[in-house]
Amino acid sequence: MKREDIVICRCEDITLGEIRECIERGATTLEEIKRELRCGMGPCQGTTCMPLIRRELARYLCMPVEEIDLPTKRPPLIVSKFESILEGKESEE
Amino acid sequence: MKNKADVVIIGGGIIGTATAYYLAKSGIKDIVVLEKSYISSGATGRCGAGVRQQWGLEMNCALAKGSVDIFENLSKELNFDIEYRQGGYLVLAHNETQVEQFKRNLAVQSKFNIPSRLISIEEALEICPYLNTDTFVAATFCQTDGHANPFRTNFAYAYAAEKLGVEINKFTEATDIIVENGRITGVMTDKGRIDTPIVVNAAGGYSKDVAALAGIDIPTYSERHQILVSEPIERLFDTMVISFQIGIYTQQVPHGSIVMGISEKEEPSYNINSSWQFTEYMVKQAINILPIFKDLRIVRQWAGLYNKTPDAQPIVGEVDELPGFFQAVGFSGHGFMIGPKTSKILAQLIAGMEPDMDISPLSMKRFEKGELILEPSVVG
Ligand SMILES: Cc1cc2nc3c(=O)[nH]c(=O)nc-3n(C[C@H](O)[C@H](O)[C@H](O)COP(=O)(O)OP(=O)(O)OC[C@H]3O[C@@H](n4cnc5c(N)ncnc54)[C@H](O)[C@@H]3O)c2cc1C
Ligand code: FES
Repeated sequence: MKREDIVICRCEDITLGEIRECIERGATTLEEIKRELRCGMGPCQGTTCMPLIRRELARYLCMPVEEIDLPTKRPPLIVSKFESILEGKESEE
Repeated sequence: MKNKADVVIIGGGIIGTATAYYLAKSGIKDIVVLEKSYISSGATGRCGAGVRQQWGLEMNCALAKGSVDIFENLSKELNFDIEYRQGGYLVLAHNETQVEQFKRNLAVQSKFNIPSRLISIEEALEICPYLNTDTFVAATFCQTDGHANPFRTNFAYAYAAEKLGVEINKFTEATDIIVENGRITGVMTDKGRIDTPIVVNAAGGYSKDVAALAGIDIPTYSERHQILVSEPIERLFDTMVISFQIGIYTQQVPHGSIVMGISEKEEPSYNINSSWQFTEYMVKQAINILPIFKDLRIVRQWAGLYNKTPDAQPIVGEVDELPGFFQAVGFSGHGFMIGPKTSKILAQLIAGMEPDMDISPLSMKRFEKGELILEPSVVG
């Protein structure tokens, strides 16, 4: 398997190659990469993939990792079912 | 960053990037786009991205139909997949008064060869079998309506503009517009000055602030609109389902998740925080029209700004009192779907070319004259 084929975002099935292409087209923030490729929009909200993509972006831009902002996490942080929202339950049984 | 340009565009949403692209295509050389954050950070990257031609006013029908003609070939033209799909729009009528209004709308739409039609409950069920038939009496449907991926559309225009030589400056804010002797001479940014005779206000939710930089007062204001998305599920239906009465829209995007939004009573503000009140209200109304949604799981919700005008139609064109100051603002919740055609015409006006259609009724003058024609078919 080539390095480029490694799946970085498991929720949305995005490879390292796709992420590199996006960065080469001009993305300089994780928000842009997220919007273009959907990585970080899956059920894990980027917990798995964003740290990896952040490192990749930092390396490309020659910046310290800490200077790359992490994208906004959108509520709810637990996946809840419509029916349980309607019934006012915190989470599902 | 360049310190001299022929045109400076403020805003990197669909309107700013598309206008830059069409201007560059028409041969204008030095074009600079200023975006205070990243591309697609504004309403464009937060919108439902529905594309509907079923309008009540001729102007909206013409701009929407013109935009659909562009959307249909846009992935090819810009060489970037914008995921445009024509699954149709199904508009619910809840009573006979609405059916009569929709018949009048259909008559207007047919003038523009928009293939919309009135359908019965049975026909609606063939298009979307999960509708709650207790909630509507008839519907209209247009198969060539649809949606695109808003981020990819915005990026596609930006990348194509850059290929034609446009300079896009992200994280660069316009802080002042310099006017000398009644003419624009430049734009100040937080990274320095750019000399230019032409400025375009494409600042979305911040249109009023940007116009004020040039000393122009415009009657736009911003309002929060919220939206949520479910986990992807098996394919249920292809159409967008909307109701003007409830202010709701929902559809399943190609990725499989279901996107939905609803209008709420909001005060003008720049607030884009999410609220739990929205979630509860949204879920309740959605289950009412589509009971199958009770098993959906919500993954994310967010909010963006509608930039509104008193008649829910945008302000497009040059400002009479300030030659060189052009605007395309106040899209009132439908700037994505009419964005391509509107931007193309705006670029034609800026380049001094004959425009594809007359959009002078969208000039700001209408508010002084009091010539307001309210669009009857808006969500929100
Ligand atoms: C929840 C929601 C759902 C929607 N659904 C639909 C839909 O289904 N169909 C549809 O057609 N429309 C929809 N809309 C409306 C649509 O999103 C907008 O009309 C459209 O995206 C407007 O594009 P724009 O380029 O004018 O604005 P924006 O995308 O907001 O772009 C303006 C940009 O200007 C930048 N800016 C502002 N001030 C400055 C400054 N001083 N200097 C530099 N940059 C600046 C901002 O950062 C922003 O990126 C929806 C909107 C929302 C909020
Ligand atoms: S791994 Fe990318 S969103 Fe979950």
